[in-house]
Amino acid sequence: MADPTARVITREAAPELSGWTAFRLLIASRVRAQLTYRANFVINFAGAFVLGLVEFSEIYILLHNTPLLGGLDLLQAALVFALANVGFALADLVVGQVDAIPQHVRMGTLESFLTRPMPLLLQLVTADFQLRRLGRAVFALLVLVVVLVLLRPEPTAATVYLLIATPLWGATIYAGLFVLAGGIQFFIIEGTEFTNAFVYGAGYAGQLPGSVLIAPLRVAFTFVFPATVTAYLPALVILGLPGPGFLPQWLGWCGPLFALTTGLLAALGWRLGVRHYTGAGG
Amino acid sequence: MNPASTDPASTDPGAPVIELDGLRREFVVRSGRGLRRSRRVVAAVDGITATVRAGESVGYIGANGAGKSTTIKMLTGILVPTSGRVRTCGFEPVPQRTQLARRIGVVFGQRSQLWWDLPLRDSFDILAAIHRIPADRARPRIDQLVEGLELGALLATPVRQLSLGERMRGEVAAALVHRPALLVLDEPTIGLDMISKERLRQFLVAERAEQGTTLLLTTHDMSDIERLCDRVLVVDHGRIAYDGSLEGLGERVAMERVLVVDLAEPRPPLELSSARHERSELDGARQRFAFAPDRTTAAQVLAEIAGQAEIRDLRITEPAIEDIVRTLYTGR
Repeated sequence: MADPTARVITREAAPELSGWTAFRLLIASRVRAQLTYRANFVINFAGAFVLGLVEFSEIYILLHNTPLLGGLDLLQAALVFALANVGFALADLVVGQVDAIPQHVRMGTLESFLTRPMPLLLQLVTADFQLRRLGRAVFALLVLVVVLVLLRPEPTAATVYLLIATPLWGATIYAGLFVLAGGIQFFIIEGTEFTNAFVYGAGYAGQLPGSVLIAPLRVAFTFVFPATVTAYLPALVILGLPGPGFLPQWLGWCGPLFALTTGLLAALGWRLGVRHYTGAGG
Repeated sequence: MNPASTDPASTDPGAPVIELDGLRREFVVRSGRGLRRSRRVVAAVDGITATVRAGESVGYIGANGAGKSTTIKMLTGILVPTSGRVRTCGFEPVPQRTQLARRIGVVFGQRSQLWWDLPLRDSFDILAAIHRIPADRARPRIDQLVEGLELGALLATPVRQLSLGERMRGEVAAALVHRPALLVLDEPTIGLDMISKERLRQFLVAERAEQGTTLLLTTHDMSDIERLCDRVLVVDHGRIAYDGSLEGLGERVAMERVLVVDLAEPRPPLELSSARHERSELDGARQRFAFAPDRTTAAQVLAEIAGQAEIRDLRITEPAIEDIVRTLYTGR
């Protein structure tokens, strides 16, 4: 410190910003841009809300006519629907934009992203962050609150934990599927339909009682695309119900494990995808 | 550790900023349909070796499809070479992409780096943050660029409402916010009017004089090269066909400008001492004269024509890059 030149050096090397400052600025700018056109935003938000409503009405109509769906009554099935949808909507809000990779490739924006010192995924996410997607999460949360009021589950520590943690692990799992699909899109630029099939397929499977799926699908949507882990299995634990064949109830506690494996798979798929794009082979 | 060790490319004049060694990039081209589908490997860049040193200003020219963009993608970290070596600012571009990105500025003339729905000012602030420059250090630099590129009146305008010339000035400012050691401009003047082109060139000359930025520029406009570059690389079919000064290139190829005159009435081909009659059109009412700008001026040629015939209209065309490349092989 006694060395006067040392002080000069520390002053010149002004503290660098962390990567998060740019990310925050970008998200804030997206939100501001969307809120500029208020009517537009309200319509889009309401649209996302109604989409959730339509999907829920499907389950409502089914259970209005039959007493049980996959062993669950209307309220219980609504709990599954709500938990899965909060998770899926959060994932869609944060990383749903990665399904626009083919457009970014065609328009050349991806090349611009690659010349900026920020991870590609963060740039894609911030390029088209759509706050309106919250509409669906808001609807799902509303269903969750109504279900809990009517269902009045025993407020044990386990139940409280599962109610809070399940949408978060679910969001992580769905986000992992989105990113994995994004990685695959680098290989098949024209294959958005294919990747959407398993992402949105998992989202749809996740909001149904897993027991209604035929056994192979039930296994696939648990151990390959862990959709049932995002709502159905934890709901069984909360409701104290046994699991169907191949799906023991205790799997409902395995959200973190499935989130981790999906996350790792997503990271791998993404890296391979980007490497394929830059031509490094993969 | 010495802080300089995180910064392998110092801006010392003479230090290599771009090193290309036997650089090659192949693409697989699929053609035909069904059973007749064929797969062909095409080398877009076919063994390029060149070094650009700090402070140099290099024009990289060639016909469309000659390999310019592919080279630029390889040295900016967008594409991996099939073989050969590329180092930019001391980094391996693709594996060390983010580190490299902080040392280079890239402008692709045909696509925007800016956020189309944000005011220009916000784009600059975000880019500064992406480069992790604190606001108090970014502010004076942005102000300087805004002044140099005359962007002051446009700062509050969303990018989508800017004209092409305005946007391009914005793009160049955006690429320079972080004071890159190397500025790569891919067709920066494409589609711009004369005044916008000139403004941009003037700014780049001043910016380089002040910051010592190394410049690599691709263009179809020879005036860009004349004004901005002290070295020219001509690429043809993925290989370097010429590497040297613009004057040296002028000695080897026909860098002729063409004066097109419309005469008041059809005339047989005019004989001039200052220019060569290229061809006549409209039965001789329009005649084309090629002249070398280093040996005569357009005014002289014009005066000579005016002495022989009445001129109604005129137009001067620049040498086309395609012609330059062609005459590189055949001579003048």
